[in-house]
Amino acid sequence: MTATTPTDSVALAGGRIRPKLGRDDWLMRGAMVLVSVALFVVLVLPLYSMLSKSFEDHDGNFIGLANYAEYVDTPALFYSIQNSLTISVVATVIVITLAFLGAYALTRTCIPFKSVFKTVALVPILAPSLLPAISLIYLFGNQGMIKGALMGNSIYGPIGIVIGASFWTFPHAMIIMTTALSIADGRLYEAAAALGTSKMRTFFTVTLPGAKYGIISAIFVVFTLVITDFGVPKVIGGQYNVLATDIYKQVIGQQNFEMGAVVSVVLLIPAVLAFVVDRIVQRKQVALLTARAVPYEPKPDKLRDGLMLGFCILLSVFILGILGVAAYASFVAFWPYNLSLGFSNYQFDIMDGGGWDAYYNSIRMAIYTAVIGTVFIFFTAYLVEKGRGFDRGRTIIHFLAILPLAVPGMVLGLSYIFFFNHPDNPLNFIYGTMAILVLCTVAHFYTVSHLTAVTALKQMDAEFESVSASLKVPFYRTFTRVTVPVCLPAILDISIYLFVNAMTTVSAVVFLYSTDATLASVAVLNMDDAGDIAPAAAMAMMIVYTAAAVRLLHGLMTRGILRRTQAWRYRDSNSDES
Amino acid sequence: MAIAQREAVENDGATPGSAPAEPYLRIIGITKMFGSFTALREVSFDIFEGELICFLGPSGCGKTTLLRAIAGLDLQTAGQIEQAGRDISALPPDQLDFGIVFQSYALFPNLTIYKNIAYGLENRHMNRAAIDERVAELIALVGLEGEERKYPAQLSGGQQQRVALARALATSPGLLLLDEPLSALDARVRIHLRHEIRELQRRLGVTTVMVTHDQEEALTMADRIVVMNRGVIEQIGTPVEIYREPANAFVADFIGTMNFLSATALGGGRVRVGEIELDCAGRGTAGNNEVVTVSFRPEDVAVRGVEPGQANSFEVRIEDIEFQGSFVRARLGQDGLGDQTLFADFSINVVRDLGIAPETTLRIALPPGRIHIFPAGQ
Repeated sequence: MTATTPTDSVALAGGRIRPKLGRDDWLMRGAMVLVSVALFVVLVLPLYSMLSKSFEDHDGNFIGLANYAEYVDTPALFYSIQNSLTISVVATVIVITLAFLGAYALTRTCIPFKSVFKTVALVPILAPSLLPAISLIYLFGNQGMIKGALMGNSIYGPIGIVIGASFWTFPHAMIIMTTALSIADGRLYEAAAALGTSKMRTFFTVTLPGAKYGIISAIFVVFTLVITDFGVPKVIGGQYNVLATDIYKQVIGQQNFEMGAVVSVVLLIPAVLAFVVDRIVQRKQVALLTARAVPYEPKPDKLRDGLMLGFCILLSVFILGILGVAAYASFVAFWPYNLSLGFSNYQFDIMDGGGWDAYYNSIRMAIYTAVIGTVFIFFTAYLVEKGRGFDRGRTIIHFLAILPLAVPGMVLGLSYIFFFNHPDNPLNFIYGTMAILVLCTVAHFYTVSHLTAVTALKQMDAEFESVSASLKVPFYRTFTRVTVPVCLPAILDISIYLFVNAMTTVSAVVFLYSTDATLASVAVLNMDDAGDIAPAAAMAMMIVYTAAAVRLLHGLMTRGILRRTQAWRYRDSNSDES
Repeated sequence: MAIAQREAVENDGATPGSAPAEPYLRIIGITKMFGSFTALREVSFDIFEGELICFLGPSGCGKTTLLRAIAGLDLQTAGQIEQAGRDISALPPDQLDFGIVFQSYALFPNLTIYKNIAYGLENRHMNRAAIDERVAELIALVGLEGEERKYPAQLSGGQQQRVALARALATSPGLLLLDEPLSALDARVRIHLRHEIRELQRRLGVTTVMVTHDQEEALTMADRIVVMNRGVIEQIGTPVEIYREPANAFVADFIGTMNFLSATALGGGRVRVGEIELDCAGRGTAGNNEVVTVSFRPEDVAVRGVEPGQANSFEVRIEDIEFQGSFVRARLGQDGLGDQTLFADFSINVVRDLGIAPETTLRIALPPGRIHIFPAGQ
């Protein structure tokens, strides 16, 4: 009589037990249904309407693949695929190489000022992707400061796009690589050294394989960011068309929504492909660090440390240089004819683009996004991770939460037009308001926030909910009294992530802002479009200053809140046994 | 099957009265499937009020699954559970009457010891003074006076365990469930707490179910032990019954140490191991020439005052001796046994008095009443 032989008909003769649901179960299931509906409305339905639009003519009749055929037959459009792929591959190679060296310097060498370099490397995150493009124009443009450095090549086109894209995607790759390289088992290096392995061979047999999954992940992240980015090619792309700018031109320039939808689908393909491959690869990853691993501690090596220090200095100079140029340009009265410094470019109200209102709108939008997004995302992650019942429903919610990572901002923004601007949509009233900007931004940056929340929740004891139920304490009480306080650091991280991205994003919202609710990042775009490049630089710098200030404030607040509410994390002495 | 004597003093959820005629908890035909895997197969037994029952078995035997089914945390696929006459089979945990302590304790890390213990009380519309009083009572009960304002991370493992226990007992549940409550602790603390939990349970008279894979824990603490293996119950009985009269070879092997020798049944309560005939005091009524397994515990091997001609006595050679502290475990062989050897435990006194040493011979006896016969191949 083994436990695995299937004689279940006998065992289940008495009938399968159906659970009786308590009040907690009803509340939790109700919340899950609401959350699923919300995710469907902000994600699945818009994407569906975008897809169906690509199969329709102007009057909304189904015409099969006719739009796609037209797309392939229009060389100007079709070449963009090649252009997009070219710049994405080149930028990815450059960024991955630089980020690997940078992460290596920070984790595996003994160079000084590591924390300074680390901070500088993350600075580009605070800037909209338009900013490096503007700086590059000041440096290498027609009237550029060091135009000659390009030896006759034009910055307007692939060169500018690659440099600009490299600048703003660098921190993303850097974060992933630093994490990957800091996970190293010192024992492996000791074993390699004991066996007399050369440094070169150790690098290729121990270091690289250990960081393999991090590198792969970083490759996909950078590739997706570059191919879906709109800001850099918009400002500096010149006649060099890429997919993201094509969508914009079709929709805003030619009002050809159907073709915009077709290009969106084309852009969706590499993004989804990268997403799927990355998921498959990550699934193969096994825990490299066992509990018994010994952290790796680098030993000084003059040549290596010297080279790496030089590299880090160069990198920092480049990053700060790009930022510095934009800051400088924003104060120059009229480049290159009147170099007097002043705040004339910050008088946004006398220029087109939305004025200071755009800036304040951005701040409001960022705050709403941070608050509403954090609450919704964290609670949803809680339902997915700690909820009882509806197992299949929870899997679906989790999938919906991961999905936005594969959806480029341009595509999401366009989908929102199709869905929310449809006259029959009862939610039509939010079109052109702050609400749709917030919704779209939350959806756009959902995945990373969700994964942060899930990671934090997974670290909590799985039995808190069981204990609460046995004590007849409703789940929402334990959620507010235990789950939220314990996860507070992660919650604050999510909120700052949403805030900074809401400040800097341009791709999704560029389709959705209305003239009475424009945004700072969109103002940068529009002022640049109108030739007001100095005010554009000034507004871009305002975004950087704000994001940096909020980041700093967040750091201080986090420390303060942690000290006050997380006293339990630090055990003082006094723990005698028995 | 012994029923625990009750010394119930203040068991709120219990029915008053002396001899419990009705079982407090009835497990009736519980089956639990995980996909096509059967984790529990038609498990049935009763638990009486005030008893401390241990579910004992190797990992994966279904003991934790059964505990979670009783708690309503993971619903059984089929079968019924009754608590104090109420059918609780399909109820969610928040409608059940139990307190639970997990292996990890699951103490809320951001709440003080006081607040952890008061957690279930604060939800019951008790006034502040009543909660204070109850928490103080519980703190005293588990001996944690003066630690109220600390956080769990500031306590030792043993202290955390007591907080979890106090929290589970705070609402005076009718049933206490303990899921491997001691396995995260040091050996020394474990032995101490074993005794303490048992005392507390006796004092409160609360019906308790404890899951453990540690046989020593089960033997020292339980009124009755439910030995489980691969989703079924192998035996239910008091610790002494389980140890002395294992129902089958699995229980015999799992609890304590046991010699297993292959033998041939001769009928009339006699078996032959190799060339040696043994009297088994009428046990093992297997038919003639059937292959059986003979088993007995190493400590039951008699050596002092064994006379030639005594029942079940024979000469053995000492192959080797393993020092175990207060006793030695000797491996014994004999040409008549063929390849089979047997283990015997001798106290240090016996070793000294009889000069037991490797490569010497010795006359031993196997008391007929201590020999078990199981079907071969189990």
